[in-house]
Amino acid sequence: MTPLAGCLLVSSMLFAVGLAGALTRRNTILVLVGIELMLNAANLNFVAFWRFGPHNGASTGMIFGIFSIGVAAAEAAVGLALILAVYRHTKTTDLSQLTGRPQ
Amino acid sequence: MSLMSATFFILAAITLVGACAAMMLRGLVHCALAVAIAFAGLGTLYLNLGAQFLGLAQLLVYVGAIAVLIVFVILLTRGGDSDSPPLSRAALPITGLLVAACIFAVLAWAVFHSFAVHSAVPLAAPATVRELGTVLMADYVLPLEVIGLMLTAALIGAAIIAMREKQATQ
Amino acid sequence: MLDQVFVLLKHWLLGYSPVVLQPAVSILLTILPILLVFPVLFALTTVLERKGLGRIQNRYGPNRVGFFGILQPMADAVKSLTKEDIVPASADHTVHFLAPLILLAVAFLPYAVLPIGRNMIAADLDAGVLFFFAIGAISELSVFMAGWSSRNKYSLLGAMRAVAQMISYEVPLLLSSVAVIMAAGSLSTVVIVEKQSGFSGIFPHWYVLTPWGFAGFILFMIAATAETNRSPFDLPEGESEIIAGYYIEYSGFKFALFFLGEYLGMFAISGLGITLFLGGWTAPLPFLTWVPSWIWFFAKLLGLIIGFIWVRGTLPRLRMDQLMNFAWKFMLPMALVVVVSAGAWRFLGQGVTRWLVSLVFIAVAYVLLARGVETRNRIAKRTYRFAE
Repeated sequence: MTPLAGCLLVSSMLFAVGLAGALTRRNTILVLVGIELMLNAANLNFVAFWRFGPHNGASTGMIFGIFSIGVAAAEAAVGLALILAVYRHTKTTDLSQLTGRPQ
Repeated sequence: MSLMSATFFILAAITLVGACAAMMLRGLVHCALAVAIAFAGLGTLYLNLGAQFLGLAQLLVYVGAIAVLIVFVILLTRGGDSDSPPLSRAALPITGLLVAACIFAVLAWAVFHSFAVHSAVPLAAPATVRELGTVLMADYVLPLEVIGLMLTAALIGAAIIAMREKQATQ
Repeated sequence: MLDQVFVLLKHWLLGYSPVVLQPAVSILLTILPILLVFPVLFALTTVLERKGLGRIQNRYGPNRVGFFGILQPMADAVKSLTKEDIVPASADHTVHFLAPLILLAVAFLPYAVLPIGRNMIAADLDAGVLFFFAIGAISELSVFMAGWSSRNKYSLLGAMRAVAQMISYEVPLLLSSVAVIMAAGSLSTVVIVEKQSGFSGIFPHWYVLTPWGFAGFILFMIAATAETNRSPFDLPEGESEIIAGYYIEYSGFKFALFFLGEYLGMFAISGLGITLFLGGWTAPLPFLTWVPSWIWFFAKLLGLIIGFIWVRGTLPRLRMDQLMNFAWKFMLPMALVVVVSAGAWRFLGQGVTRWLVSLVFIAVAYVLLARGVETRNRIAKRTYRFAE
């Protein structure tokens, strides 16, 4: 197994863990945490291909990673602000109560 | 080369353990601290792969800002006070885990049947900050300006959304 | 020769180790001086601080233990080691135990990128300054861990205030460093010090002797005082405010570790301020270059520490809202103006023009901002609101 395959497997595992968390956890904040983990897994993919891929040396991979970190920061800020606003309105962060589905 | 693999395994293990703990622990603040460990592990993975600027930016932004933001919001929304079970009831957890496992299976199959497992010795990829700055200012100046605009919009938007409405009682 | 004595000592000792182990021994020989020197400096600083504060407050400091109290750190060490380690029953034991350890680990890391002398740096990273700030940002999490795990309302309140303060003051800190990075053209601390190593006549090329550098240095030092929770920004840990803030529930050795971590952070950020603005290990006057470089670094560090102690003894504590207002409404715009001014300096040619332009930028911004900060808080007539 080459280093590139190792990195890609790690990022796939991270993506799967993030996806599992985002789909199963009840708290909205943890869903957001799962989304952040998925974004990070994609970033790891970019860095792995930048380092080991066929066109290595071109900075595109790293530039994309930097922009991805910036976008993730902005998205986390706005998402958490939304969670705060929803909490102020409904006094809960529990997804099953927020969707109104009887569970 | 073998030393690089050993550190890579250790760092990858720390990251994955942190991520799994973040998605499985009961206490919300414990989950937030575990995801901070996962972010830090990823940052050190980037440093191990030679992406100095990106690894340090990951540590600065994710661990230093986003993890702290998550922790703040958990405390502001009285996280961990409720004693409901962490996972939703009925069939939903199994479905979610099954979907995630299927996606991981597909991705792993894609990795093992691609050129990745057959590629040769990796070449060195130097990336000084100076090169990064030159490329950013020359080729990618439009995305740079757009991301500045977007971050400003996100800052103002988040502040407005989370602002407490003024009490009109005098 | 005396300048490079430690480097030569390291190479001589390295010659005595077997070839296989040489990378590991080299790393060990580089790290060991850092691990030994800075805690000793911490011990000396505790005595210096207590005696200095005592003198400012018109009393003697500690003078029982040893000659003029110089052995006081020994007494403190014995006390903190032999005190009972009480952990509250409802505290979160894992996080409570890990918080001081993480703080200490994170406090030692930034020393790797500080150039203590000529050719004396532990890790010459390409992005050294960014490494420093990334590690500093991680320490906020350990402060929060300490405060939250104690399950104590005051502790949590102190931790939240400390984290909010640290995040707010990180932005002016980073922006004033960006001005230096722009002028030097590199993120590597070694390159930044080398850019400041010339002399024009009798004046060194230190960045603090330029208009934007002076303003940037003052902003950097104020932000550094706030980052390390030193007075006048020590609301999260003031004894009369919130008992002891986020380390109430720590006793004995763990409290000493927190103390050590805080002082190490203070030294590290002073070291960075010296590297960025005061020319690192370079001499201030051209005829003093025969003094070894590491002596200059430690002399400047001592000067900054004395400055910190002086400010602590003189200024009153800032309230939380005053602190936040100061960071966001004065220091952040001022830091942005310093960046613009540094840009003007860098891209105008040599001569009087660039001095005038950068000085005008900073002076105008300072007057406007100071005026703006002052008029908001005019004391108004007291009004009463009654319940209807």
